[in-house]
Amino acid sequence: MCGIAGYLRLDDSVVMPDESLIGRMANSLRHRGPDEFGVYIDDYCALGHSRLSIIDLASGSQPLSNEDDSLWIVYNGEVFNYIELRSELKQAGHRFRTHSDTEVILHAYEEWGRGCLDRFNGQFAFAIYDKNRGAIFIARDRLGIRPVFYTVHNGRFIFGSEIKAIFCDRSVPRRLDYKGLDEIFTWWTTCPPRTAFERINELSAGCYVEVCNGEIKTGRWWEMSFPTEFDRGRSAESWAEELHELLVDAVRLRLRADVPVGAYLSGGLDSSATTALIKHFTDTRVETFSIAFQDKAYDESAYQVEMAEHLGTNHHQVSCTYHDIAGNFPNVIRHTERPIVRTAPTPLYMLSALVRKHDFKVVLTGEGADEIFGGYDLFKETLIRRFWSRRIDSPWRPLLLRKLYPTLPLSPGRARFYLETFYKAGLADPEAWTFSHQPRINTTIKLKEYFTEDAQKRIGGHSSVDAFGVDLPERFGDWHHLVRAQYLEVKSLLSGYLLSSQGDRVASANSVEGRYPFLDHRVVELGARIPPWHKLRGLNEKAILKRAMKKELPAAILSRVKQPYMAPDSNSFFCENRPDYIDELLSEQALAAAGVFKPEAVAKLKSKCARLSHAHLSFKDNMSFIGILSTQLLVSLFLDDFRPAETLTRENFSRFYDFRGQPSRKV
Amino acid sequence: MDVRAALREFIVDNFMMGQDAASLSDSGSLLELGIIDSTGVLELVGFLEETWQITVEDDDLIPENLDSIDNLVSYVERKKGS
Repeated sequence: MCGIAGYLRLDDSVVMPDESLIGRMANSLRHRGPDEFGVYIDDYCALGHSRLSIIDLASGSQPLSNEDDSLWIVYNGEVFNYIELRSELKQAGHRFRTHSDTEVILHAYEEWGRGCLDRFNGQFAFAIYDKNRGAIFIARDRLGIRPVFYTVHNGRFIFGSEIKAIFCDRSVPRRLDYKGLDEIFTWWTTCPPRTAFERINELSAGCYVEVCNGEIKTGRWWEMSFPTEFDRGRSAESWAEELHELLVDAVRLRLRADVPVGAYLSGGLDSSATTALIKHFTDTRVETFSIAFQDKAYDESAYQVEMAEHLGTNHHQVSCTYHDIAGNFPNVIRHTERPIVRTAPTPLYMLSALVRKHDFKVVLTGEGADEIFGGYDLFKETLIRRFWSRRIDSPWRPLLLRKLYPTLPLSPGRARFYLETFYKAGLADPEAWTFSHQPRINTTIKLKEYFTEDAQKRIGGHSSVDAFGVDLPERFGDWHHLVRAQYLEVKSLLSGYLLSSQGDRVASANSVEGRYPFLDHRVVELGARIPPWHKLRGLNEKAILKRAMKKELPAAILSRVKQPYMAPDSNSFFCENRPDYIDELLSEQALAAAGVFKPEAVAKLKSKCARLSHAHLSFKDNMSFIGILSTQLLVSLFLDDFRPAETLTRENFSRFYDFRGQPSRKV
Repeated sequence: MDVRAALREFIVDNFMMGQDAASLSDSGSLLELGIIDSTGVLELVGFLEETWQITVEDDDLIPENLDSIDNLVSYVERKKGS
């Protein structure tokens, strides 16, 4: 993990800022990469880098140039197959000065142009400055594991791994994007390029942006795709064998590092699988890390310990209380840079701190398996609702829903009626592209009832539901219904929430890099070819993955019903000795000043949450409370009291390449 | 306060946070309008039981009893009378 930032002048009349700006931008990303800082600057362009040293500790410093100093790169992430690519490029005549993957990317770009991206197996966001053309090329990995944002302001194109780097330029306006908020309160994420801030763009997963001669062009280089017909003749066992072989290789590649690699262990199937593969197929000494909750309703530590013992790992655990969630929440929002509707990223922020405390910089995690192999309840719901939609009046079909929620705090009689009504949403139109996500959307959009009239006016006629519908692949309508649900889940929740707010941002906050074997694009593409009925077998989720992992995992883990990862939500903020910011930000004055939510409605919600803090509060109220509080924090941290990072002085940089007003000078 | 007024006040205050009271008709479906969700019903049942000292049986949890102000009023009146 690292941080990248920079800017490029779009026309010759623009006056370039002095070097203190790029120093501030690099320093604002210090948490992503505290080990080294580097800068490249000339009369047109500046690049900044903050480094977390993982590969080629001695000579992998950045920015890095090619043989004749015409191309310069700053890069965040990993290209895991760099060793293979390096030898291919060497044969093609490229000369290498370092053993880093950074240099491999640069030469691959020289050799294959934009087409180099298809050859990369990894998680990355990088920027390459072409000095001769005065152009910059920025690309992001297929699924959006590593972030990058950009804007255009005062004749300059400005980019950074995080928005706070862009805001280091105080002349860039910092305003909420109300349409972005509306999208978050629909899909849990904005639909990129939109973000929570006006005119700040997120480069979408699988996309690139090229800036040349004052023009900015974006394009897509990878898209999640599924077949319309599946191989019916091939056995589950044969798919499972191929999957197993590929997973072993995906894990092996992700252990490439010049520092020790740890693993998250949640107690569920996916992280148990990745950890078991490390153990069985490599010589790596395994250290595992997990979260325990004081509130037993959320705690999975018994399974974590069982798995750790089964695999003989050296296990570490951090315990999370209500107070921890309330206390860490502002820091989490400082990193997510967008409102969130659940607190679940907060314990993961604590977990990365634990990893860091034990001197690990890299962890493997099980993220992605649920999306790729059909693990979520949402997929089962889709299946049941689809089945039910064919006979809407059937008294029996919706009974299947009860199988999904055996633990819901409602007696069976009570559960039935409400589950049915909830999941009946959109049933009349099973071909609608939103079919799978309609129940989730219906619960989340309740939050919008708190918007002030002014906020509603700013949102105007913007349809947030349709935001993800604009760019659907041409064949979407021909896909199997489970596959459609998978696609939407990857596009919205995985990229915009799980890998960002709950992934990259809370891990990099503590200088930790997550690696995701299930998101190796070869695994993702194999997953797309596996027929839906091998993934969700009846209501048995991730059946094909369980089959692939049956030799390495204990029966208790294989047969365990998936427990969704959640953390205590609004009740955390009404614990004893709760921090002061909660009442301050939710006061009538603060709400009125921010102008986003109706103060009197929020006051009622807050007193309801306080009153029911030890009882069961509805999803809707929980989500509303967390969404409102995180928005208020965002306003406070980024609009009202934003403090750009201090700049770094020349002594702080391990590399400072200054080409201003002269041909070439290395300091 | 009569049953209808008490129910209306509870629903507007507790589920709609005091907003748009006028938009809530006595016959509208509370579930379909999204005013009450699957967990919100627990709050509603708790309110009925505490306010009118009645017991809401599992079998009573059907739309005909609970899914609009009109239905709730007749349900509560019936239970109080029984």
